[in-house]
Amino acid sequence: MNLSNHIPILIIAIPLLAAFLVPLIGRISKKTTGILTTLALSVSLILTIALAVKILTVGPQVYVFGATSPSLILPSGLKFPIRIMFQIDAMSIFMGLITAIVSFVGAVYSLVFMKQHSGLDKYYSLLLLLTVGVFGMEFTGDIFNFFVFLEIASIASVALISFRGIDLGEPAEAGFKYMVVSSISALVVLFAVGIFYGQYDLLNFAALASVIKNSQLDKIALGLLIPVLAMKAGAVPMHMWTPDAYSEAPAPITMMLVAASQASLYALFRVVFSLYNISLNALTVGWIIIIFGLLSMFIGVTMAIIQKDIKRLMAYHAVSQTGYMFLGVGVGLAVLANPVALNQYGITAMEGGIFHIMNHAMYKGLLFLTAGALFFRTGTKNLDKMGGLAHSMKYTTIFFIIGAAAIAGLPPFNGFASKLLIYESVYRFNPLLSIIAMVVSILTLASFVKVFHSAFLGPKLPQFKEVKEVPRSMVFAMAVLSCIIIFFGLFPDLIVKNLVHPAVMSLIEQFKYTGTVLGGM
Amino acid sequence: MIGNFPYVAVVIFIGLGIYTLMFKKNLIKIAIGVVLIENGVNLFLITLGYRKGAIAPIYTQAPSGQAMVLPTPQALTLTSIVIGIATTALILSVAMMIYKHYGTLDADEVRRLKG
Amino acid sequence: MKEMSRIVKTVTNFVYGFIIIFGFYIIAHGHLTPGGGFQGGAVVGSAFALLLVSYGSLNSQKFLKKDILSLFEGFGLILFIVLGFSGLGITFFYNFLANSGGWFGDAVVIGVNPGNMNTGGVIPLMNIAVGLEVLSAFGVIVLTMASAAEFTKKKEKS
Repeated sequence: MNLSNHIPILIIAIPLLAAFLVPLIGRISKKTTGILTTLALSVSLILTIALAVKILTVGPQVYVFGATSPSLILPSGLKFPIRIMFQIDAMSIFMGLITAIVSFVGAVYSLVFMKQHSGLDKYYSLLLLLTVGVFGMEFTGDIFNFFVFLEIASIASVALISFRGIDLGEPAEAGFKYMVVSSISALVVLFAVGIFYGQYDLLNFAALASVIKNSQLDKIALGLLIPVLAMKAGAVPMHMWTPDAYSEAPAPITMMLVAASQASLYALFRVVFSLYNISLNALTVGWIIIIFGLLSMFIGVTMAIIQKDIKRLMAYHAVSQTGYMFLGVGVGLAVLANPVALNQYGITAMEGGIFHIMNHAMYKGLLFLTAGALFFRTGTKNLDKMGGLAHSMKYTTIFFIIGAAAIAGLPPFNGFASKLLIYESVYRFNPLLSIIAMVVSILTLASFVKVFHSAFLGPKLPQFKEVKEVPRSMVFAMAVLSCIIIFFGLFPDLIVKNLVHPAVMSLIEQFKYTGTVLGGM
Repeated sequence: MIGNFPYVAVVIFIGLGIYTLMFKKNLIKIAIGVVLIENGVNLFLITLGYRKGAIAPIYTQAPSGQAMVLPTPQALTLTSIVIGIATTALILSVAMMIYKHYGTLDADEVRRLKG
Repeated sequence: MKEMSRIVKTVTNFVYGFIIIFGFYIIAHGHLTPGGGFQGGAVVGSAFALLLVSYGSLNSQKFLKKDILSLFEGFGLILFIVLGFSGLGITFFYNFLANSGGWFGDAVVIGVNPGNMNTGGVIPLMNIAVGLEVLSAFGVIVLTMASAAEFTKKKEKS
């Protein structure tokens, strides 16, 4: 039994087994639930890195459930692709790396952060199920399987957002809003799956991509899928659930919600690039995605400047940074039919947008964890009540400075590298878009200077006299993210050449995606 | 023409569900709206598999030589119903938590998160 | 919630056993007739809801205990994922018992047949695991909602 062939499923099956074991073990002893979770997620992280090395050297991998070949050979000789399978290429493993790092850091941070809550075995079980759901969304090659994992992730995240709702009322309200929004979007995705199944009798991404004809019904399905997946990713004008859900969840869960929203963004790109590719009107759809990006960037940052609650401010910034990803990939999509422009600036724009996905997960995660550290020691999230905390929480201050500089796009942190790629290439497409992006970046820096001044600078306040630094496991979690930010900032072209460029090429070249499954039939 | 009636029913279900979501204020009625939309989409999936004059797709003691309806949409619908139960249970539990804290189920009065 | 009248309780005493047996029949024959894990589990769960409604939430906590149902739920889930792992010789969820001659291992006849219970491989075992999990989950959900409603009503009255 060669275990290295089974790595794609072990990445998901080991957290799933741990999620089912945690409630049983939690009856015996309460302390081991957190340790078991961290162990399972660290194994997942190691296996994801091993799979990434294998994919970037060998090529895309296909893993079939329940049989050896992805299609059924009927007695008449006809091959019919009916098996459920995982299809992992460079773009999927790029998102998978983000999820693995973020979930491991979240589990380590939760060891101390959630210690005084009750019902912790259910918390860790739900955290593992959320990880399983997000991994499944990124690895799957079957469109109905994507719907199932999307629902697993949303149900687990609703339960985690309302986790503090036992004592307070606001998390329950945020959880209710998020549940209604994510239910509606998942049902619309199911409706689109029904439209595809009714026309072509196929559910497999690669098989659908080879027979799709862009008929009237396919245009309706695309028109349903793009707004709904953008709604799950948090684009304006469908972003209303984002500030409530991100601010009322516990801090490590907010970090994982960012990863879950980016998995929906990945699904949007997968549908537009790998499912429809050359058959759609690339200029129109590209401009629609660019408009989503512009609205998100601008409205996100202007709503963020006036906030008083630190996590709500960071949530609006998450909406704004998602706009950068939409802008970069939208420019790449708009010039997809034009091979000269694609080679000149289209591929660079997509590289900027996709590199920004990983950078955003890292620095936004770090910022949410520092906000959680402030809440853990002071008990408040209101910026008016905080002040002068740099005297007592030195490590948190340093991590906040790293995160704020990264989000504003200052060198030598990683935000600068991806934003520069986006500015340069979008300028050659249309100069106005690039200027709006730069103005948004300046406003981002302004709002984070405001937060730094309110929370950390100033004299030491009397009610925070005995505030100490946060415990070591939380410092370790934040340090892991900071090291990744600094490393990506110092060697960006290493990351772009080895991780981001194969991901972009696997999105653009649709024939490689279909050839991996259908060629091996 | 009569074969199109299930599709008309799907449109009616989804339309009523969206109306309930948009215009009703009670939290339980909003949950019922989500359940209506889910029922509409499940009905749509099952109707896709129908073939004229065919019987249920079960081999056990079936009459031979008969066409059968497609079984795959039935598996998809079953999965969707299971997910719908988890969704409904969770929405109702969160509505109960909101009632425990605020004493009312009116959506206008439980809004504390603004801006 | 309050208990109901004596007529309702007597009928419930008579009927709930049949509902539970019917539910287990649907779970066990899932690979031959319509039904399977989830459907049978939902039927048994509705028997629990019947007990809860007719006896009231305070009385039914004496014979429907949440801890034991939670334990069964955990067992069902562990059995399901272990069955998935044991096919790992070929691939995950591989049906290693089908057509092999052991448990549930008779050869499958394709086409119209009178239905042999011994076929199916791993599928009937997974049906049993899922059915156990679903019936416990329904029991826990219904009991938790009833006891939370009880708590809220006490707060309202005071």
